[in-house]
Amino acid sequence: MIPFDFEYYLPDTLKEASEIFVTLQKEGRSPLYYGGGTEIISMARVMNVTPGAVIDIKKIPECLEFGINDNHITIGAAVTLAKITASGIFPLLGLAAGRIADHTVQEKITLGGNLAGTIIYHESLLPLLISDSSVCLQSAEGLKEAPVPEVFSGGGLRPGELIVKISLEKKFAQCPYFHIKKSKIEKIGYPLVTVCVLLYDNVMRTAVSGLCHFPLRLADVPLDPDTDEAVLAENLVRNISAPIRNDASGSADYRTFILIKTVESIIRELKQIKKDKINA
Amino acid sequence: MLKLSGKNIIKLSVNNVVREVAVRPSDILAEVLRNQLGLTGTKIGCENGDCGVCTVLVDNLPVKSCLMLAVEAVGHEITTIEGLSDTPVQNAFIEKNAFQCGFCTPGFIMVCRSLLNNHPDPDDYTVESWLQSNLCRCTSYQEIKEAVKKAKDLR
Repeated sequence: MIPFDFEYYLPDTLKEASEIFVTLQKEGRSPLYYGGGTEIISMARVMNVTPGAVIDIKKIPECLEFGINDNHITIGAAVTLAKITASGIFPLLGLAAGRIADHTVQEKITLGGNLAGTIIYHESLLPLLISDSSVCLQSAEGLKEAPVPEVFSGGGLRPGELIVKISLEKKFAQCPYFHIKKSKIEKIGYPLVTVCVLLYDNVMRTAVSGLCHFPLRLADVPLDPDTDEAVLAENLVRNISAPIRNDASGSADYRTFILIKTVESIIRELKQIKKDKINA
Repeated sequence: MLKLSGKNIIKLSVNNVVREVAVRPSDILAEVLRNQLGLTGTKIGCENGDCGVCTVLVDNLPVKSCLMLAVEAVGHEITTIEGLSDTPVQNAFIEKNAFQCGFCTPGFIMVCRSLLNNHPDPDDYTVESWLQSNLCRCTSYQEIKEAVKKAKDLR
């Protein structure tokens, strides 16, 4: 049971959504945009968030966009993770989304919710960080588009900003990719480390969650068949400047070790794929 | 733009019957189903989306009703365990003894029903992916998996 009341708004347009947000905020009602609502409900139940109003975005057409048009993939913020996985529209994103929470909850969690939530892992962000994706944001100033890393690797969303949709070029959904999630015990759980890799133009693009307090993109690495994967993985991970998480779920040394070994195995696989291609 | 504040009368379509309920916007679907509609087959466990005992179908997809506001369900078709009486999936659970204490059973049956509706011939990976959404502390997992296979044959 949620032990307090809030108001519920169901806007039909982006403009209505941002206008009501501004009004409610001015009134001191601490509004929250509401997509799947899984995080808001579970946190409200224990009073970790106490919004005076929620603004449900599931009726706004732009937030429900989903498909491919002119070689661009568009995914609205209110599209569920389960739908993304089932569609196969962006296989790497589908894999990442398919390992967040469990299958039933994936029917409720939305892409926008996973990106904007307070849980630090944001695993659906990883494929977007390495695919030159852009995000469309609505605020009181109107609509704007920005590169995903600029918004999510910087200061994050500003108060009142609503994620409307994500877009990327279709070519990134067709690259060779890897997704590996390592959790401490169960298959379902928060990651020790989750690694997403795209091989684009013979360059390995890597993003990681669980290692630090926010997802991050590692340095790009050209895939040279003569490179020693152990050395490459070690260098890639040792160059991370952000503090590595060190807690009961995994020490910093353990997380680093797991990541190095995971990246090493991915490089080995990618080199094999390349070798097979040449031989074929 | 729809705005709801305080107590409101809303219409919910549950098991193909439209029912009126008086809810606050912050009322959770699981509680409304149990406390206002008397559909106590839907259990409440963790209230955190972890255990799956409150699973219902919303437009034929499984949803943990502890993680859904009742007002979100307006305009959607809700199916609870009471709506699956004497169906192949229920009979398969009985035939395979796919429960011990039975508390988790409604949630598992709802997930299995949706699984088979969406994947009429699921492979083992798909079955496990869907069933991992629910917990059974009596550990009847093997029997539950057999019940899914049986339900597939009974359909």
